[in-house]
Amino acid sequence: MTYTNFTVETDADGIALVTWDMPNKSMNVFTLEVMDEIQQILDATVADEAVKGVVFTSGKSSFSGGADLTMIKSMFAMLADEKAKDPRAAVQKLFDAAGQMSQLFRRIETNGKPWVSAINGTCMGGAFELSLACHGRVAANSKAVKIALPEVKVGIFPGAGGTQRVPRLANAQDALQMMTTGQSLTAQRAKAMGLVHQVVEPGELVSAAKQMIKEGLKPVAPWDEKGFKVPGGGVWTPAAAQLFPAAPAILRRETAGNYPGALAILKCVYEGLQLPFDTALKVEQRYFTQILQTTEAFSMIRSLFVSIQELGKGARRPAGVPKTEIRKVGVVGAGFMGASIAYVTAAAGIPVVLIDRDQDAANKGKAVSEKLVSDSVGKGRMTKEEGEQLLSLVTPTPDYSTLSDVDLVVEAVFEDRAVKKAVIEQVEAVIPETTIFASNTSTLPITGLAENSKRPEQFIGVHFFSPVEKMMLTEVILGEKSGDKALAMALDFVGKIKKTPIVVNDTRGFFVNRCVFRYINEAYDMLAEGVPAAMIENAAKMAGMPVGPLSLNDEVAVDLSQKIMKASIADLGPNSVKPEHMALIDKMVDVLDRRGRKNGQGFYDYPPKPAKKSLWQGLKELYPQKPASQVDVNVLKQRFLVTIALEAARTVEEGIVTDPREADVGSILGFGFAPYTGGTLSYIDGMGVKTFVALAEKLAADYGDHFKPTPLLKEMAANGETFYGRFDPYGDVERAA
Amino acid sequence: MTEVFIYDHVRTPRGRGKKDGSLHEVPSVRLAAKTLEAIRDRNGLDTSTVDDIIMGCVDPVMDAGAVIPKAAAFEAGYSFSAPGMQISRFCASGLDAINFAAGKVAAGSDDIVIAGGVESMSRVGMGMSGGAWYMDPSVNFPAYFMPQGVSADLIATKYGFSRDDVDAYAVESQKRAANAWDKGYFKHSVIPVKDQNGLTILDRDEHMRPSTDMQSLASLNPSFQMPGEMGGFEAVGIQAHPEVEKITYVHHAGNSSGIVDGAAAVLIGSKAGGEAMGVKPRAKIRHFTNIGSDPALMLTGPVDVTEKLLKRSGMSIADIGLYELNEAFAAVVLRYMQAFDIPHDKINVNGGAIAMGHPLGATGAMILGTVLDELERRDLDTALVTLCIGAGMGTATIIERV
Repeated sequence: MTYTNFTVETDADGIALVTWDMPNKSMNVFTLEVMDEIQQILDATVADEAVKGVVFTSGKSSFSGGADLTMIKSMFAMLADEKAKDPRAAVQKLFDAAGQMSQLFRRIETNGKPWVSAINGTCMGGAFELSLACHGRVAANSKAVKIALPEVKVGIFPGAGGTQRVPRLANAQDALQMMTTGQSLTAQRAKAMGLVHQVVEPGELVSAAKQMIKEGLKPVAPWDEKGFKVPGGGVWTPAAAQLFPAAPAILRRETAGNYPGALAILKCVYEGLQLPFDTALKVEQRYFTQILQTTEAFSMIRSLFVSIQELGKGARRPAGVPKTEIRKVGVVGAGFMGASIAYVTAAAGIPVVLIDRDQDAANKGKAVSEKLVSDSVGKGRMTKEEGEQLLSLVTPTPDYSTLSDVDLVVEAVFEDRAVKKAVIEQVEAVIPETTIFASNTSTLPITGLAENSKRPEQFIGVHFFSPVEKMMLTEVILGEKSGDKALAMALDFVGKIKKTPIVVNDTRGFFVNRCVFRYINEAYDMLAEGVPAAMIENAAKMAGMPVGPLSLNDEVAVDLSQKIMKASIADLGPNSVKPEHMALIDKMVDVLDRRGRKNGQGFYDYPPKPAKKSLWQGLKELYPQKPASQVDVNVLKQRFLVTIALEAARTVEEGIVTDPREADVGSILGFGFAPYTGGTLSYIDGMGVKTFVALAEKLAADYGDHFKPTPLLKEMAANGETFYGRFDPYGDVERAA
Repeated sequence: MTEVFIYDHVRTPRGRGKKDGSLHEVPSVRLAAKTLEAIRDRNGLDTSTVDDIIMGCVDPVMDAGAVIPKAAAFEAGYSFSAPGMQISRFCASGLDAINFAAGKVAAGSDDIVIAGGVESMSRVGMGMSGGAWYMDPSVNFPAYFMPQGVSADLIATKYGFSRDDVDAYAVESQKRAANAWDKGYFKHSVIPVKDQNGLTILDRDEHMRPSTDMQSLASLNPSFQMPGEMGGFEAVGIQAHPEVEKITYVHHAGNSSGIVDGAAAVLIGSKAGGEAMGVKPRAKIRHFTNIGSDPALMLTGPVDVTEKLLKRSGMSIADIGLYELNEAFAAVVLRYMQAFDIPHDKINVNGGAIAMGHPLGATGAMILGTVLDELERRDLDTALVTLCIGAGMGTATIIERV
């Protein structure tokens, strides 16, 4: 018997080694075909009397990444189609489909012959759930082994037995933590939790797995044994009486209750642990079916699983340009941004020259890398040798001639047109004609900067976010003349340093900062209305934002806001900034010297550690305060999300953003826009454009014209369109790039 | 509607609710039986005429389980014709038992009912009966479940009560309780708990600390900061009340109600019931009602239920001579006084649960008795009795002397 995705070799001891190795894929994933073949292998090994047991492993460097994009997409498509035909029957079909994997794994668990999973590398989601259904689990003692049930991060939960098997192996607290955070476990940690039986050296993985079978591994799961007791004794114990009351509270603290998938994990564990195993699986299947139908699951899977991968793989890369090789990069400007860009470049294995006006300044830039390396080594994330290797790739120098053989220059000097002009000319004097010039400007339009270049078609914007080593997003900005080669190089570079790119056309503030300004401006409005500051901050976090707007403003510095607002007035006229906002910020900076965290006082006070920051009490004196009972926190939440989403819609209308995936992924990775919505445009699509337009009109009537829906939105509402329908990223839509 | 009268009431002393508490050796059912015996013996009651025995009990499991009032009736030697029923509305159970009894009498279905409550917290710990409210995520989450102490601290934060405010209230509670005991204000209602040989086990509330002062309280650490901060409950409170930036933790063992053992019983009946018993009515149950309230604040139900009750009864704050509000936590009473502008000398005038303890299922019946005695002593007419309740509820009753 041969299989497309598996090989099966039975040795002299009668142990069948099943090796999962999908053709033309770098990683094994679950597809319908894979599930079908596993069933066939199961049937064949059960039928074959010569087979005593099965070892299940992977032929790739990883074990498996879990579910496949296309399978998930097709399931949602099936659901939408069926719902259009017959909603009730659709739910029954979804329920049946949602249980398929779980039932397959249960058949493995009860097949009568021992199965051992040999986990050689990354083992995620469904792949780990399959392993949990095996009677033995052996993991390689290797950094490559990362075990996780990360489904919650894309709005769903482990629905193939994970919520039932994990808390029957590990204690309930560890189980809940693992599944509600989706965090990865090392092999050692998984063993300590009771999730794997053995951790062995990588070379001994399969032999150790076979040994378990040879030593008489019982083909019965612990919970199928008579008298099985849940670790810790189950739900009605003193320990559980500590855990279960607090678990929803902690979930609320961490997520503001915006993630139905996460709460469903708690429900599955609580209810399931009180039931016989097969009934518990059925309860899990019911919740899984429910969660799959939520807007959150649909939108999060699309943006945070599908789109993020597609953009990362270069969805927006011009097809005609061959993959560029990046042998060496020059970073000009060794300030904090430039220094950090040099670090991530070196971390990707690319040699980088870090240039500043003198050796001292350049060295200071390299010191940023040195600090990051020593922190990583200290935390065990990097070996000393890896750190040294990384640092050897960063060459600090004031000498521009070292740029003579770079493939890409990233300019990160002071945000001043004249300074940038000088640098562009100095750099272009030495670089090869083929080199691409990327400016990391955050405020200056690329088209204007490119006028200083001899080769504007090789000039492009690459906008990083701080802290560069942590922020996953990079905005690639096309000037009017930026060419395909520049775009391809920029995307290849962003891919190399493992960030997710979005490609946007030139505009003031690009995509991310335009949205962020709206967020902060709304908070200024609320302050001026007399909304208590704590309510503003809490409402933002309850809406799903990672940081309150006032706190965020303190981080970026209040005087920087002042500078940007003044620049905006100077360039675009007095109407570009609300006078109330300017007055507030002028007072904060010029009168009160409250500049943000950097001078220890902004919208918050920053007492010396260990005391925590707290809102500046003087905010209450700036405006007459409204009593909390007169402020509807739900309206505050809506205002934050709607004003940002409207700005995102404007960027689409203006042709700045051309692909809805980029507005969604960019908003989540760039400034943490309420991830449960799937991003700014999914937020609109999720509630329906018509509902959104009505909501915006209501808010416009109460809180100002900036909430007025735009012509595009009104037209889409009238036509019953969605962003993903009208700007279908998979259709024949003309791309600006 | 038939008028409802209160004929008598008794309570046990409150024993410290720990293994070294004096009443720990007494089974829950015996505490309840002692009150039934006293009601019978003081009133020469023919127990075959008792239409019902209703008792509150919050954790009715183990030796408090299986309809404890009926069990107590057996131990007390009541006629087999006296039925029993156990109810729970958490901390207001004892008062709700009385209201339930009043409802039956008012409806004309019963003439003589004994209502009260029992809780041996040293024997059946708080939470022993489990419950979906806090254990089941499907309930806990929408209920904004928080430990009551964190809710009390949220109330203090939201309504601006400082540590000094709550401690000062606690000191006064201790003083008032000590004064009431010293002057014998409780002597007609507290029945000593005696053993089978007639030897006294406990005859006085043993949780009190009359020497408590601001200084001694200042040395106590807040009790609920840990669950608030580590258990995630502070975030629950803030998300329910987002104008709160952070919770100020002010409650501790010294300004919260004490954990104690005890039981209480109140003799309730119609006019005809009283005539049959040959006893005189002492007060009328004028009005009672219940309400659900903000679940995160949890303990502000007395404010909401008082508003509702006054509206339903057409009465006003000025009509009430004395208030009795269970001292679950100091901030609960401070908020109530603040909401209605009630002076401290009209509420909890003989101290309360901070000094004497809060035997959950019994307290409602105990404080109703306390305030009735005090109305008589001061020759006042009307009192309002109310309690805050877990999960955000309130129960209140207005009584009037006859």
